[in-house]
Amino acid sequence: MSGLDPISVIIESNVSCAGMPQDCGNALPILHEIRHALERLISTGEETRIDLNAMPFGPGDLDCLKALLGTGEVHATVEAMGLTLIQETAIPGVWLVDYQNSDARRLTLQIEIASVPEILRPQPLDLAEAINTLDGRLTQSASNRHHSS
Amino acid sequence: MIDRKTPNKTLGESLRDHGLSRRGFLKFCAATASMMALPPGMVPVIAAALEQARRPSVIWLSFQECTGCTESLTRSHAPALEDLILNLISLDYHHTLQAAAGDAAEDARLQAMEANTGQYLVIVDGSIPGPDSNPGFSTVAGRSNYEILMETVEHAAAVIAVGTCAAFGGLPQASPNPTGAMSVMDLVKDKPVINVSGCPPIPMVITGVLAHYLTFGRLPELDAYHRPLAFYGQSIHDRCYRRPFYDKGKFAETFDDEGAKLGWCLYRLGCKGPSTYNACATMRWNGGVSWPIESGHPCLGCSEPSFWDAGSFYQPLSVPLTATSGDLLTAAVGGAVVGAGVATLANKQIKTAVANRQPVTVEELEEKL
Repeated sequence: MSGLDPISVIIESNVSCAGMPQDCGNALPILHEIRHALERLISTGEETRIDLNAMPFGPGDLDCLKALLGTGEVHATVEAMGLTLIQETAIPGVWLVDYQNSDARRLTLQIEIASVPEILRPQPLDLAEAINTLDGRLTQSASNRHHSS
Repeated sequence: MIDRKTPNKTLGESLRDHGLSRRGFLKFCAATASMMALPPGMVPVIAAALEQARRPSVIWLSFQECTGCTESLTRSHAPALEDLILNLISLDYHHTLQAAAGDAAEDARLQAMEANTGQYLVIVDGSIPGPDSNPGFSTVAGRSNYEILMETVEHAAAVIAVGTCAAFGGLPQASPNPTGAMSVMDLVKDKPVINVSGCPPIPMVITGVLAHYLTFGRLPELDAYHRPLAFYGQSIHDRCYRRPFYDKGKFAETFDDEGAKLGWCLYRLGCKGPSTYNACATMRWNGGVSWPIESGHPCLGCSEPSFWDAGSFYQPLSVPLTATSGDLLTAAVGGAVVGAGVATLANKQIKTAVANRQPVTVEELEEKL
């Protein structure tokens, strides 16, 4: 029991928090933006990222947007400078990418309209070094076998 | 002696030395783009620029201030990115944060200025008693604020005035301005001055300006008050999530009526959102948890010049005294136009209030209280 418990609280408002999240009406324009971005992705392959941190969302707007987009089949986690949580929505090609720091605090939340979110792909410079890295491991493995035989 | 010369390593190299992978770097750039209010499509450009950027030397001067701006930055609830950015600059002088004291502290400032001449950044918080004021109002190491400011900015690349006191004079300059307080841009005329106003400013806006300088090697585009347009380009009113209620003519009339409980527009409770330019509506406070209007309080307009002398915080200065709810409903049809008109009205009212200001004594104030 905390020291605040003896203070009685009377809720006068009739606003209900049950059921669908409160909607301040700011989620719908984002859905239209996503629709245009999906059209571009399908017709030209152009990818789009929308920074939800920059949106003037009111309480409940983000929950409302997430509820409207739904949850898809893919969930991925990247461990680099803290976790990045990637969730496919129920709309194919629309991803929620939640960038967090090492204390699990959100750095930014983006919607990515792409076949695969950018952060899941190998980075070009890493890819360029991939064969050298693998060759190094093959050489090391061959050397280990030679020594053991 | 500590070498205060800007290190030769690029930011990309420094970050990799800290064990940051390329995916981690991409994430850092995505978060930086968000912080700079740039579209996520700019991430590749930011990544390429940050890869090659070098740590700048920063000298932070504190004058007539309450340390709220430093507190805003260092005690933010989600200092994740702010921490990273601060690690990527060389903060060579800061009263509150530095370990050195006395002559050693002042020597650090002089060494940083000499080693990085023409390249270092000066951040100022607090207003400055002007050259004609009694220098004794505010001194550091026995020297006047004005003298230290002018000496330090002489060979700086740019000056960033953090907080409304440094940007516009703020509370120390409020009537009757006993110390003759002046803003940085009142005094520094031959260097680029960027104003990051707010009482205090949003921590991510402070670091966003630094990140912009790190990324692009120059200061961001500014408005007429020298504020970065990326953060101060739109009014609170235009980005407010309660704006749809304004457009429908739904207003809270008191702090506990049904309108207030339903989250309606706070326009009539004195909200200065229409005449205030800042990023609170999108960046929010306390790690993005909320911001004043979301908490049910009107905007005070703290990022605007003379906000302290603009009359009561709770007087709806943006509403003409003769306006009726019918007028407002009609006006709401052209909300953006009204917003601009309201801003003009508000600015006019500030000017009138300043012109008609009457000195008030402590005794008179006590009588009123």
